[in-house]
Amino acid sequence: MSAGTPTARASRVRRFGSWYVAEHRFRVMRSYAQTITVTGIGNPLIYLYALGVGLATLVDQNLGPDAVNGVGYLQFVAPALLGMAAITVASEEFTYPIMLGFKWNPTFYGMNAAPISPAQIINGVVISVAARMFATCGLYYVFMLLFGAVVRPAGVLMIPVALLVGLGFGALLMAYTATLTEDTGQLAMLMRFVILPMTLFSGTFFPLSQLPIFLQWIGWLSPLWHGVELSRVLSYGAVEPLWLSVVHVAYPACLLAVGWWLAVRFAKRRLNK
Amino acid sequence: MPEPVITAVNLVKKYKDFAAVDNVSFEIAPGESFGFLGPNGAGKSTVMRMVGAVSTRTSGALSVLGLDPDEYGPEIRSRLGVVPQADNLDTELRVRENLLVYGRYFGLPRRQIASRADELLEFAQLTERAKAKVDDLSGGMKRRLTIARALINEPRILLLDEPTTGLDPQARHILWDRLFRLKEQGTTLVLTTHYMDEAEQLCDRLVVVDKGRIMAEGTPASLIASYSSREVLEMRFGSGHNADAGERLVGFGDRIEVLPDRVLVYSSDGEAELSRIPSTGLTPITSLVRRSSLEDVFLRLTGRSLVE
Ligand SMILES: Nc1ncnc2c1ncn2[C@@H]1O[C@H](COP(=O)(O)OP(=O)(O)O)[C@@H](O)[C@H]1O
Ligand SMILES: [Mg+2]
Repeated sequence: MSAGTPTARASRVRRFGSWYVAEHRFRVMRSYAQTITVTGIGNPLIYLYALGVGLATLVDQNLGPDAVNGVGYLQFVAPALLGMAAITVASEEFTYPIMLGFKWNPTFYGMNAAPISPAQIINGVVISVAARMFATCGLYYVFMLLFGAVVRPAGVLMIPVALLVGLGFGALLMAYTATLTEDTGQLAMLMRFVILPMTLFSGTFFPLSQLPIFLQWIGWLSPLWHGVELSRVLSYGAVEPLWLSVVHVAYPACLLAVGWWLAVRFAKRRLNK
Repeated sequence: MPEPVITAVNLVKKYKDFAAVDNVSFEIAPGESFGFLGPNGAGKSTVMRMVGAVSTRTSGALSVLGLDPDEYGPEIRSRLGVVPQADNLDTELRVRENLLVYGRYFGLPRRQIASRADELLEFAQLTERAKAKVDDLSGGMKRRLTIARALINEPRILLLDEPTTGLDPQARHILWDRLFRLKEQGTTLVLTTHYMDEAEQLCDRLVVVDKGRIMAEGTPASLIASYSSREVLEMRFGSGHNADAGERLVGFGDRIEVLPDRVLVYSSDGEAELSRIPSTGLTPITSLVRRSSLEDVFLRLTGRSLVE
């Protein structure tokens, strides 16, 4: 069959449908490109300056320049800031846009009435968010270099780690949001009581070991903690057993797989009325 | 008769134990305008979703363009145009962008989509609004944009779920005119409606549906001929008096229907019936002789009005 026939067209959509959905997301992101750019540049500047320079001066004065983990506070906190940036993108892109597509402005139904499948809708969202997350984290990393927050060249691998963490957590968020038929404040609660505590208690601003033992499980469950610990190994050679580094990769990867799979399932169920 | 483009045999859709579509069979020929006429909750949208290959049937056989939707969803959908009951235009994008993005979902090349989008904006009389926000369009314009969007892939079949519900009369007429053009160009139209005038205007053939079942099938004229008389005498006797009047009119016409607000006498000659009314001692507050419509067909079949 020639390329123009309907059957050939449909098979092209079977193959590339996810990209077409991602294209749509990019076009929508363009409408808030200013916000994306301003926060993409502003956040690393503000956080690196406030914590990495301001707070670091205080910490290093009190504890010495190799205060935490044998490095300065700036080098200690920078990997956490990068991970948090990925989590922030995830919590923006995997919540309200999903609610929008299924409910408030049900564009997902429109895509599905065209040849796009529910799985491709989910894949397309993941692709587009991964791209935005990559841009955000890449830029963040450049600022980290400028601030002198990265010790080793291997630190550049913090970017894929941040992506893994952001997408792993985000996939679960997306799966959860896909089950919501009404937003009666669940998403705001999630921001306040899950995402905010997670960013504070994941060994981000202080080592997890400073928490009482009965609170340390927060870190173990938090994909952010796993990502940040691994990033510290990469950035300045923090010491940990190899098996733990393996867990730091495997755990968020599992969350990503499970979240993605669940999101596809829920999307299929929801679109097939 | 040419090969039908859509065939349904004993189609059933159940939600738990409730059959929203209950053993429905129909065939639609290429180029035909086929309608589902029925009240809210009849199962029209559910049929449209199954035909549109987005909702799996519970049982029965369904073939769209010769393919089974269970297996060939994307292939079928790539050749359909769908206008859903509730607009789902992308309000985050501008009018023309909606067409550009939608064309991509069919895997069409950008150049082709761009020129087609301009043609379709022209067709939908929206060229001047190409850069407008979707939310700034009137209801009728949104509906036309949704139709334009559904045509981006040059479909052979256009599914329209209640295309003019909620629109004012002028907007409806503009829309009907656009649909007539499509019909003239040979597009197969499959539409649902609960307006009998819409069904009479647009449908070559239709089925009357109620509670998930098909009650009758035919052309508008043949349905009226089989299920109603040529004319109807409508009389209002004032609230509370209609039932009483209905009883005293027994024997008038071929058949009498008593509704809460009026009495209908079905007859081949409405004027003749009206001239005999004074002999009963009854004086209607208003009286009117009109031709039978699909509304009367529905009333005959179900005992209820189409629009409550
Ligand atoms: N997703 C669903 N879950 C449960 N019941 C449904 C669902 N969709 C439709 N129904 C029910 O099926 C019946 C037919 O609905 P629908 O096809 O929307 O009718 P129509 O379009 O003719 O108004 C209604 O009683 C409706 O409540
Ligand atoms: Mg409906």
